[in-house]
Amino acid sequence: MKRFLGAVGAVILGMAALPALAGEIEIGNATLRPPVVAGGNGAAFFTITNHGPADRLIAAAATAARSVELHTHIRDGDVLRMRKVDAIAVPAQGQAELKPGGDHVMLFGLDPAATGPGAHVPLTLTFERAGDIQIEVPVAALPAAASGHHGAHGDQ
Amino acid sequence: MINNTVKAAGLIAVLAVLLILVAALNPGLSERISQGLALVTSPRLDTGFTLTDPTGKTVTDRDYRGRYMLVFFGYTFCPDVCPTTLTVLAGALDHLDAATAAKIVPVFVSLDPERDSPAVMGQYVAAFSPAIVGLTGSADAIAQVKKSYRVYSAKVEGSAPDLYTIDHSALLYLIGPDGRFRATIDPGHSAAGLAAELSRAVQ
Repeated sequence: MKRFLGAVGAVILGMAALPALAGEIEIGNATLRPPVVAGGNGAAFFTITNHGPADRLIAAAATAARSVELHTHIRDGDVLRMRKVDAIAVPAQGQAELKPGGDHVMLFGLDPAATGPGAHVPLTLTFERAGDIQIEVPVAALPAAASGHHGAHGDQ
Repeated sequence: MINNTVKAAGLIAVLAVLLILVAALNPGLSERISQGLALVTSPRLDTGFTLTDPTGKTVTDRDYRGRYMLVFFGYTFCPDVCPTTLTVLAGALDHLDAATAAKIVPVFVSLDPERDSPAVMGQYVAAFSPAIVGLTGSADAIAQVKKSYRVYSAKVEGSAPDLYTIDHSALLYLIGPDGRFRATIDPGHSAAGLAAELSRAVQ
């Protein structure tokens, strides 16, 4: 019985690592950039692959954040303006990439308890056609933690 | 008198032709000349500031004389542009040899004095690289440094009063060891690209 439960656990863990699939929409390469300062803002990035007709990501929700919005960046000379958008288009049989400096899911006021190292933040994505898709977004490490920096720079 | 003027004009003409020839034969040099001209024609910025470091101490630009300053403006609630740029910057410092990296002080200046206390700035920059200095100040001090560096920023209202974001200029400013403005650098680079640009600029 124990062995059986272990096997089930392994299957569930294995599934968590796979891209989220909801029929025609597939979410891959998901990552969440956590706030540095507790209670600050974070951003989620991922690739949406659409195996069906044109669709639109129209909302995102996360219980770990005070507010969630879909954002894009508008470059205006040297100034970058981050703006809320109503939807992010996903072309038929195509992809939409949410990446740094472009589109992202903005998570305002993230709960520090939900974004520690190694955590996964549950995020619900709502598509106009495909409906709701639940994903678990792994929290990325911040650069200093990732590179194992401790002393002054130039010590590599 | 006329003779001297003609001679001087002739000499200038000969020098100009020589310069054009040398530049034509040496594309690297002509590029450097045009870069030099670009720098000469860049706006003369007042690079001075009086701000507060993470320990609460007042610091000015003079405290960093003798090293290059790489100044970047942003805010700690910034979810994308600031962390992306600071990540590229931290990576660029790792790419540089220790001697070159030691010549540069990266300075991150808050455009959000309301939320960014000195302690918050210290915590923020430490997450990217221990080499980066995080500075903030009073609303007046920040307004002054914005004016000096000709930095644009504007609050954008969010869904709650404390959830505002800030539109802002996203350039890196390179200041020489003498405190003079040298160049602006577009941060849309890879860490390796920025490192190459910095090692050229600080030689």
